[in-house]
Amino acid sequence: MAKITLKNLSHSYLTKQSNDADWALRGVNIDWKDGGAYALLGPSGCGKTTLLNIISGLLKPTEGEILFDDKNVTALNPVERDIAQIFQFPVIYDTMTVYDNLAFPLKNRGLSKTEIDSKVKEIGEMLELTSTLNNKAAGLTADGKQKISLGRGLVRSDVNVIMFDEPLTVIDPHLKWVLRSKLKELHQKINRTMIYVTHDQIEALTFADQVVVMHEGQIVQTGTPVELFEKPKHTFVGHFIGSPGMNILPCKIENGQINFEGKILPNNTSIKKTNFNKTQVGIRPEFINFSNEGIKVKIKRVSDTGRHKVIDTECSSGSIKILANASAEIPSDSAYITFDQKYTYVYGDDWIIE
Amino acid sequence: MNKTLNQKAWFFVIPVFVLVAFNAVVPLMTVVNYSFQETFGSNVFAWEGTRWFKEILHSERFHASLGRQFIFTFIILLIQLPLGIAIALTMPKKGWGVPVCLILMSMPLLIPWNVVGAMWNIFALPEIGFLGNSLNSLGFDYNFTQQSGDAWFTTILMDVWHWTSLVVLLSYAGLNSIQPAYYQAAEIDGASRWDIFRYIELPKMKKVLTLAILLRFMDSFMIYTEPFVLTGGGPGNATNFLSLDLVKMALGQFDLGPAAAMSLIYFLIVLLICWVFYSLMMKDEGRT
Amino acid sequence: MKKIKWMVPTFYIIFLMLPIYWLLNMSFKSTTEIINVYSLWPQDFTLDNYKTIFTDSTWYMGYVNSVTYTVFNTIISVSAALPAAYAFSRYKFLGDKHLFFWLLTNRMAPPAVFALPFFQFYSSVNLFDTHIAIALSHCLFNIPLAVWILEGFMSAVPKELDETAYVDGYSFPKFFFKIFIPTIAAGIGITMFFCFMFSWVELLLAKTLTATIAKPIAAIMTRTSSTSGYELGLLAAAGSLTIIPGAVVIYFVRNYIAKGFAMGRV
Repeated sequence: MAKITLKNLSHSYLTKQSNDADWALRGVNIDWKDGGAYALLGPSGCGKTTLLNIISGLLKPTEGEILFDDKNVTALNPVERDIAQIFQFPVIYDTMTVYDNLAFPLKNRGLSKTEIDSKVKEIGEMLELTSTLNNKAAGLTADGKQKISLGRGLVRSDVNVIMFDEPLTVIDPHLKWVLRSKLKELHQKINRTMIYVTHDQIEALTFADQVVVMHEGQIVQTGTPVELFEKPKHTFVGHFIGSPGMNILPCKIENGQINFEGKILPNNTSIKKTNFNKTQVGIRPEFINFSNEGIKVKIKRVSDTGRHKVIDTECSSGSIKILANASAEIPSDSAYITFDQKYTYVYGDDWIIE
Repeated sequence: MNKTLNQKAWFFVIPVFVLVAFNAVVPLMTVVNYSFQETFGSNVFAWEGTRWFKEILHSERFHASLGRQFIFTFIILLIQLPLGIAIALTMPKKGWGVPVCLILMSMPLLIPWNVVGAMWNIFALPEIGFLGNSLNSLGFDYNFTQQSGDAWFTTILMDVWHWTSLVVLLSYAGLNSIQPAYYQAAEIDGASRWDIFRYIELPKMKKVLTLAILLRFMDSFMIYTEPFVLTGGGPGNATNFLSLDLVKMALGQFDLGPAAAMSLIYFLIVLLICWVFYSLMMKDEGRT
Repeated sequence: MKKIKWMVPTFYIIFLMLPIYWLLNMSFKSTTEIINVYSLWPQDFTLDNYKTIFTDSTWYMGYVNSVTYTVFNTIISVSAALPAAYAFSRYKFLGDKHLFFWLLTNRMAPPAVFALPFFQFYSSVNLFDTHIAIALSHCLFNIPLAVWILEGFMSAVPKELDETAYVDGYSFPKFFFKIFIPTIAAGIGITMFFCFMFSWVELLLAKTLTATIAKPIAAIMTRTSSTSGYELGLLAAAGSLTIIPGAVVIYFVRNYIAKGFAMGRV
């Protein structure tokens, strides 16, 4: 069990760096409490696997430090850091039985036969693998094999952190849900720090207490799933989280106020800084209402998903998606919409202005 | 791997089937035809039934060359397989060493086999060849044209020189196909270098190694050109391997009948051994 | 430990290079010198052997011909083998195990058996003395090899990768070319090299099926044993030059072979 601190972590896969794009990670700072369930969320190539491998010790960072419980572990290798990692596809020893797979890390650490036996049986039961313990590991299904991978990490009592690198990638969709719940259940039972890397927002938001959203090598926001949804601090978080994502459209700042489509939008803060290259207003589809006056839009399409209606509309600045109740009445041709002031945000150069 | 049942997969296989079958069937029929007949030259054939097969299977000459062939192939496999794997394990995986190793190691494979035989012939000659001269000046009494032991030694050395790289390249490619996550997991599990070889590398190279073994078995069992040019089968009959004997019989005596029959027997021996070996290696594959 | 590791390939390469050095050595000598004198480097250095090869069109055309049909054969073999290997790797179908083994059996028959029938066949369809005839006849042993090698590498890639791609919306061709092939890059590199190599050194069929137009270098080199005895210097020079095209091939596929593994799809 350990508290994890990352200080100013930067990493590049190249030996010389000339610009931002040469860095896979830039200036990452994280403070994670012991025993929590965390997710690293972001699209392919944002640096999350790099970050994971640096935490586990498989990769040495170009700059920065990693501390476990305030102890600097940057120079230590994975074995010395007492971590466990589960990969995108099941990594098992094909020629061994399930039992031997689980016992392997303990054997290498010199535990006695009885100790190994009790541990393996305990974990086997937790993961519902008991009936297959004596089978050849290669014969299990993909989700069974991932459970073995997970088991090899759980079987060691000295594990500080368990890291998951998109572990459900090769699992059948209907089994993903089962495994996801199992992981959450496990976390509550054994209380070890777990870090879960994924590009799937549902996985991240359902598993983690706290989500770290990454974009192009940087952390753009850290927070609970609710915080990320209600107040995205970066346009990327707005886009990425939520289905459909946040509407982000260009706007102008005039006298500390938002000017969108020629209308002044009521705003929570007064905006002082104005020298941005790009200013945008962001509002989630859930927080837009139809009204008698406001911003004029043309209704392009209404899709019914059963629980809601998704309305595609268009204004001169771009397209706006609106989410409404299934029973709501939608105007047919053009309409006026208003934004809920509490959830209207303005972004300068992609970062929130507050 | 759980293979799905799908008869339409045959469409994927059709080009291969056509290209190979059309090459294979016609000649095979011709040989089978000859093997059951007697030739009196000038295309006159007489049906002889299984006479040739019986004669050959009981002939001492056949037994002798078959015996020599088995010993030769056994020694070759014993040397080339572990050696090839060991070299593949120690080759660099990145950096300038990679192209250097690949290019230099592939060179022996690219030389036409008659040139291989010829160059080793000169190379091993006691007076004017580097190997021959060096061995003799070191005190060994070495002469491969006159001493059977030396002839065997030279032939084996030549084959090791010629073909080990095949095993090396196959093993190397096989090793490089192992995803790094396996090595990473093993590192995290605290596995030793031997554990990694035994539980990760060797199992993952199984198919590639099976192919390497089958190829080396077949090619060494049917070896012809290189020993023909190097020793001509001599001294005496010392290095008269099966192929060499077969050709001598076919050409020398113009006996197409026995020669064809011997070809078939030859083919069947290779087939049988390969089939047995293949079935053993692939025993577990069906189930996963 | 690290030092020993580096010594193994080094000693092996030294072992391989000794006869090759000897071959090069001979190529720069006259045949008389080779036979009569033991010298570690040419005492009477001569470029005559190479001059003959580069100026006599029957010689250098031999190389051109060989390169032509081996390239044809490699392309045909690998292209046909890829879908077949995929089928063997991923699907069960009627007779699959036997078909797979049957392919390899085509490499088990002594080539002498095929020479005459092939000659008769290709003459009858007017393909005698053409590059394509040799390329096609070499398919007999190269395609089985290609299928076996590729199948081995494909089987190391879990089927789940395919399924994940379909779930993500990839069509089969897109999946095959953008995801699958990079994953088995090492296998493809090795297959291309081996097809090239086995076709390149094959002598009997190439000689039998050609007369002058498509005559391969390996056949032309047999001319060096003439009535005046073995022209060793010339043979050595020709032999040295045969190494080059194959070395070029392996140079081109070196990255596939070395970096074979896939980082997995993110």
